[in-house]
Amino acid sequence: MDIGIVGYGCYIPVFRISVEEIARVWNTDADSIKKGLMIEEKSVPDVDEDTITISVEAGRNALLRAGIEPNKIGAIFIGSESHPYAVKPSGTVVAEALDLGRDLMAADFEFACKAGTAAIQCCYGLVKSGLIDYGLAIGADTSQGRPGDALEYTAAAGGAAFILGRDPLAILDSTLSYTSDTSDFWRREGQDYPSHGARFTGKPAYFKHVISATKNIMEKASLKPRDFNYAVFHMPNGKFPSAAAKTLGFTKEQMAPGFVVSRIGNCYSGSSPLGLSRVLDTAKPGEKILLTSYGSGAGSDSFIFTVTDKILERRDKAPLTDHYISRKRNIDYGTYVRLKGKLKE
Amino acid sequence: MVHSSIPLFWRLRKAKYRLEGTKCRKCKSVFFPPRSFCSRCRRKGEIECFPFSGKGTIISYTIIRTPPEGFEKQSPYAVAIVKLDEGAQISGQVIGDLKEVETGKRVSAVFRKMYEDGPQGVINYGLKFALTG
Ligand SMILES: [Zn+2]
Repeated sequence: MDIGIVGYGCYIPVFRISVEEIARVWNTDADSIKKGLMIEEKSVPDVDEDTITISVEAGRNALLRAGIEPNKIGAIFIGSESHPYAVKPSGTVVAEALDLGRDLMAADFEFACKAGTAAIQCCYGLVKSGLIDYGLAIGADTSQGRPGDALEYTAAAGGAAFILGRDPLAILDSTLSYTSDTSDFWRREGQDYPSHGARFTGKPAYFKHVISATKNIMEKASLKPRDFNYAVFHMPNGKFPSAAAKTLGFTKEQMAPGFVVSRIGNCYSGSSPLGLSRVLDTAKPGEKILLTSYGSGAGSDSFIFTVTDKILERRDKAPLTDHYISRKRNIDYGTYVRLKGKLKE
Repeated sequence: MVHSSIPLFWRLRKAKYRLEGTKCRKCKSVFFPPRSFCSRCRRKGEIECFPFSGKGTIISYTIIRTPPEGFEKQSPYAVAIVKLDEGAQISGQVIGDLKEVETGKRVSAVFRKMYEDGPQGVINYGLKFALTG
């Protein structure tokens, strides 16, 4: 019997800060930044929101769509680079809030921005092996950029949750990864903000891994770009996924539904999962989706999904991705600094 | 300052994370916080677990401008008494634009950070209310 996504859900905080507003404070050229990054504004978490609260809301929406009893979930894996605790898994709090019960495997995942898709792979493997009936995989982040750093224009907050199991709304046809030791972006224990190798982040890192993983999975499945209705790539900004798509031979039309970055920024572990969530919001039965994430360090996970007719009965059981994208309140830089706690006492 | 002991919070987390109250099977009274004894049926009551939907209406509220320790970052904020659709009344923080908080407005429960016991302490999570109408 087919295995894949039986329910999905997302959550994005309500606040937004525009590129213009950040550029105003740092006296930089907003238009050239907007054009360069292909970002208009980004989401900002409230003072009382973090990876755990985002995961709870996204997970609740996924459960609504799956329509299963919470205690049928046998595993919870949360991928993030902003777990609130250094030691104490986010999954323990989220599982209690969602009433998943105690007979549960749980672990937090870390692999920069691809920890959420790594969670999907593990849930898929556990379901396929018969060890669990359903697994909950979540990618969520409340990312930080150092004030004045290029990342400040893009680092955003949000997440998406996927329940893997049988009788799916999207069959997981195939998945593989591409991994290497590449230091393009890192954060040492105890540091508030990450460091990055500036120009080193592009070619040998993002493009090498995204393109290799995507080529490998298409080759393995004997599929070409034109065989897919949708393509979603990790969105650290708008430019990188657009360029990767072009190199691989995907069109703007295939990219558009999952291209959430211009209105909410880079949600790190939530980035490509939020793109997948928005694609599932409108996809039709029989359509094929290609998803490739990217995590610095570095690695990419690729997936091929085929949408089933179950999507039609489950889609409207929870708020759509666009509900969270358009439900917003713009804030100024002063409020942003207060919310993000950037001023040190 | 420590706001609640870890064992006490742990025992109450079903109520705090999921609005799990109780209901008397006999007279249908609902209780939140959960009670193990029906005040109406007394010894004849039959108490069972009852999850509230988290939807309700603001019946009264106040704005906190001088917050207790641990809540400074959130100040000013609204605290309301909410009548849940299933019957019980509870008090809780209302998030969102303070200007929009009014008696009679509809709310639903959302999962948020409540407070931190300092930078090294436990982070306490629970439910607040968001305006929905
Ligand atoms: Zn009674």
